[in-house]
Amino acid sequence: MKQLVWHRLDLLARQLLPFTLSCLLVIVAMVPLRIPDVAAVMPSVTLIAVYYWTIHRPDLMPIWAVFLLGLFQDLIGAAPVGLGILALFVVAGIVRTQWRFFARASFAAVWSLFGLVAAVALLAMWILLCLLEGALLDPQPALFQFIATVAFYPCLSWVFVQTQKVILR
Amino acid sequence: MKQRAGSVLRLASPLRAWAQRFMLFALVGTAFALMLLGKTDTVLIEGARTAVTDAVAPIMSAVSRPVNTVNEGIQQVKELAALRAENADLRSRNERLLHWQMVARRLEAENEALRGLLRLVPDPRQRSQTARVIADQGGAFVRSVLVNAGESQGITRGQAALSREGLAGRITHVGGRASRVLLVTDMNSRIPVLVGGMRHRAVLAGDNSLQPSLLYLGPRVEVQPGETVVTSGHGGVLPADLPVGVVASVDERGVRVQPYTDWDHLEFLRLIAFEMPGLLTPASEGQ
Repeated sequence: MKQLVWHRLDLLARQLLPFTLSCLLVIVAMVPLRIPDVAAVMPSVTLIAVYYWTIHRPDLMPIWAVFLLGLFQDLIGAAPVGLGILALFVVAGIVRTQWRFFARASFAAVWSLFGLVAAVALLAMWILLCLLEGALLDPQPALFQFIATVAFYPCLSWVFVQTQKVILR
Repeated sequence: MKQRAGSVLRLASPLRAWAQRFMLFALVGTAFALMLLGKTDTVLIEGARTAVTDAVAPIMSAVSRPVNTVNEGIQQVKELAALRAENADLRSRNERLLHWQMVARRLEAENEALRGLLRLVPDPRQRSQTARVIADQGGAFVRSVLVNAGESQGITRGQAALSREGLAGRITHVGGRASRVLLVTDMNSRIPVLVGGMRHRAVLAGDNSLQPSLLYLGPRVEVQPGETVVTSGHGGVLPADLPVGVVASVDERGVRVQPYTDWDHLEFLRLIAFEMPGLLTPASEGQ
């Protein structure tokens, strides 16, 4: 009986891993690196995390987890709350509607499609922020963040693949 | 279409799919509602923000230390390489500074004498505390940092945050053990300043770029690149005469200011408590 409880707990911890790992990455991404000009173009780790897990383990990245992740990110950063959540919903929504296609695509295809999905998400974020602030904002930081995020995808993707292999099996 | 239980992917039954779709709509609606709530009633959102920040502050504080150590190591190697050139530079700078020190001493004495003569009200006293920067600017749309000092260290909202070089920003949210500093480059930052030797009044307004601009300069005011910008102390929130930056460019689109602060090496910030007697206290607001 006791073993069963432990087994359950172990399974739960493993299943919560995509979510907890993503939260941890949000914190790590906030750490001041003090490398010139990096802070402003820090890749958005949540976009990558939600994209990867929704494709590979949609059961472990349900829509409410996407919501909580976005909320956590928005609260910890100083961005308007809700903005990041909606950007993540854009990613999750696109992937979920075309899930069969994404799940079978090769890595190169998944990566290049990530470019497209991230572009849509960041564009939506920029438009919403412009509406919210009532002013036309400089799109350049968003552009840099887009490039950094897409370039960082393979790196983080590798980490997730290893996690999936070792811990989720 | 139903797969056996135990397979990783269980395809949902129609009812479950419907429930999920409903949840998606509800959550999207909640996100929008939160966004509007944050725009209008900030108390609730700020409370949540402060709670989350407080909760993760110890983790961030711990993680930021090894990064600092590595950076310091790199910095030291770089400094060793540039030692000779720096030495020569410092010698010449020292000579110049000695001259300025003399000038400053003379002016200080003169200032003291004139103040005594005029019976000027003394400036309010300042207390300062130094805090470590534990989290960086949050993404592409915000320019702010977290520092590891909060209410328990006596930090209050509105305090000025100074880097080694000059004004970096001011405290906007105070948590139990961490506070957020809105940098002068953030698009929500507005700071009353004085420009140049003529001390023209203006407002330094950030727009998320590296060089904030000057608003509300008088119509016939001429500003030249290279003039210094200091806080004015208007509004009684920030102390007067904190160095902010220099005018970088003047053109038809406006005046840009290059802040003194080195944004890439924000490690510690000095938080200045500023006590203006009788100003901005609940007692005076109630009258």
